[in-house]
Amino acid sequence: MKTIAEFQVGYSQYLDPEGKPAADLPAFAKDSDEVLRMYRLMTLTRCFDTKAVNLQRTGKLGTYASCLGHEAAHVGIGAAMREEDCLAPMYREYGAQFWRGVRMSEVLLYWGGDERGNDFAGPRHDFPWCVPIATQCLHAAGAALAYKLRGEKRCAVTVVGDGGTSEGHFYEAMNVAGVRKLPVVFVVVNNKWAISVPLSMQTATETLAQKSIAAGIPGVEVDGNDVIAVRQAMEEALARARAGDGATLVEAVTYRLSDHTTADDASRYRRSEEVEQARLLEPLIRLRRYLTDIGAWDEAQEAALLADCQLQVDEAVEVYLNTPIQPAGAMFDFMYKELPAAFREQRENALKYEPEGGEH
Amino acid sequence: MAKVTLIEAITMALAHEMTRDDSVIVLGEDVGVNGGVFRATAGLQERFGPDRVMDTPLAESMIAGLSVGMAAQGMRPIAEIQFMGFIYPTIDQMINHAGRLRHRTRGRLSCPMVLRAPFGGGIHAPEHHSESTEALFAHMPGVRVVIPSSPARAYGLLLAAIRDPDPVVFLEPKRIYRLQKQEIQDDGKALPLDVCYTLREGEDVTLVTWGAMTFETLKAADQLAKDNISCEVIDVATVSPIDMETILESVEKTGRLVIVHEAARSCGIGAEIAAVVAEKGIYDLEAPIQRVTGYDTVMPLFRMEYQYLPSVRRIVDAARRTLED
Repeated sequence: MKTIAEFQVGYSQYLDPEGKPAADLPAFAKDSDEVLRMYRLMTLTRCFDTKAVNLQRTGKLGTYASCLGHEAAHVGIGAAMREEDCLAPMYREYGAQFWRGVRMSEVLLYWGGDERGNDFAGPRHDFPWCVPIATQCLHAAGAALAYKLRGEKRCAVTVVGDGGTSEGHFYEAMNVAGVRKLPVVFVVVNNKWAISVPLSMQTATETLAQKSIAAGIPGVEVDGNDVIAVRQAMEEALARARAGDGATLVEAVTYRLSDHTTADDASRYRRSEEVEQARLLEPLIRLRRYLTDIGAWDEAQEAALLADCQLQVDEAVEVYLNTPIQPAGAMFDFMYKELPAAFREQRENALKYEPEGGEH
Repeated sequence: MAKVTLIEAITMALAHEMTRDDSVIVLGEDVGVNGGVFRATAGLQERFGPDRVMDTPLAESMIAGLSVGMAAQGMRPIAEIQFMGFIYPTIDQMINHAGRLRHRTRGRLSCPMVLRAPFGGGIHAPEHHSESTEALFAHMPGVRVVIPSSPARAYGLLLAAIRDPDPVVFLEPKRIYRLQKQEIQDDGKALPLDVCYTLREGEDVTLVTWGAMTFETLKAADQLAKDNISCEVIDVATVSPIDMETILESVEKTGRLVIVHEAARSCGIGAEIAAVVAEKGIYDLEAPIQRVTGYDTVMPLFRMEYQYLPSVRRIVDAARRTLED
């Protein structure tokens, strides 16, 4: 038998877990201010995440999906994108969204049970959080198709988890993106666990990046705890997309250090030793070591940053907690551009029985 | 002024909107060179090019999801699903995204897409090609479901569906695709959505239906007229949301209601209409409401399909039952 096609899957890492450069740094990473910008946002995201979990534990927030451990993957995605590009996230990519202008108070409003959390102050064209797994991959492909048809130099980026790669939507989206050479980047944030199901039960493939091969688009794997590697892979993929060369799959390998959501208890299905091992590889420590090693960061700056993050998070929490509930009519007011006559009576009924002070 | 069939009226409306509005594009399986398996998109790719009349890979969920993504970013996609039996993979995208996008973003994003599909029985088609499952979509908040029953309404309602700022599932009764021709002026005049169309006025019994069943229902009205029973025939047209005012006014006049649909009976749209008449018009009724529907069985293969589909005889008998002492 002769070989008629061969495929390769590349892997990249720029900072090892000790914070030592593992390869020649890309141009943006040679500017320590730019790396600091990412470090600051990763730290803010961590701070926000801790607070959000605490709010849930004290009854002030609904079920919340933590991003603990994903900060490099998420901030790397956001930092590589342009404002006019479009993000179709799953539901924990806060780092990417903060970089793009989504407010912390909006994340809290959403998980606090209020649709207004999806009404981002910016960017107005980004998709809202997407809970039905992998369906967002198709929205990103559709957005990319819209941009391509209109001749706009814009790209769409979507994020899916390792579990999401088992969904048909994921493959269908990559497939059509391959056929139509769509300006879209599919990012698999592989955090090793889909709630309680480990990666080994999700797929028999060596990598998730290789899932791109069946769609005829390139796939690369990067160290998802290395923000420089994630951003570089994203910049390359976005450059290809913008140049008209089509879609790319980027697999960012990280680890979900938290429970799946605050409604989950991961101790039921995974060993704490595994989590402790993964904690050694987490993204903030290595970046701080690197920045300290090159003389761009010290303990005083770290303390000042943490204090500032705390202040920003507290302000966001204030905004969230002081946002009054929507009036009952708001259930109806955005269902259609104009509420059909057939449903007006239901709206009036909802207003008539509007609970006072939360009482039914 | 051209005399056209229902399917030609669809093509005419698509071409009209594609000419008028650059953001309108057509996508689906075999819609390009082949012009669609029923030829709804015949000639459109030649006129508007392969970027605006797109053959997609074979994946219905993808067709719907791609349309949601495009619509959210300012396009007006019209997606064709080849047969109703293949529409079910789109349900995830329609219920979880198309119908919710405006609501969950407080109007920041919206989803002005049309999902077209031929539906219904009566053409001796293979398995999975003859069902009427419009009620599945009618139960989705935020999604309109529109069904034309003549070439003129196909033209006017499809224009309205494309221009509507929200998602519309546009179901085409394929049994009547080529049953009749009507003179239609390609003037771009849309017909209103969310309203019933009264096809025939009458005094004694109200017959409510939609899609291909309008033909059997009108025939039943003709037969009953020979016995001096005067039927009002209402084409619901937009089966979600339903214009109940027109139906209730008619029932107020006639005191009798028969609902006719191809779809299975339980939890069908007929049940919703009957429920609202019971809530708001029960004192106008002089007889129990009758439903003439498909059965709660699997749609049979085509040798038995006319045993399943409501017949003129069944409709006539149901109307007579409302007039019994």
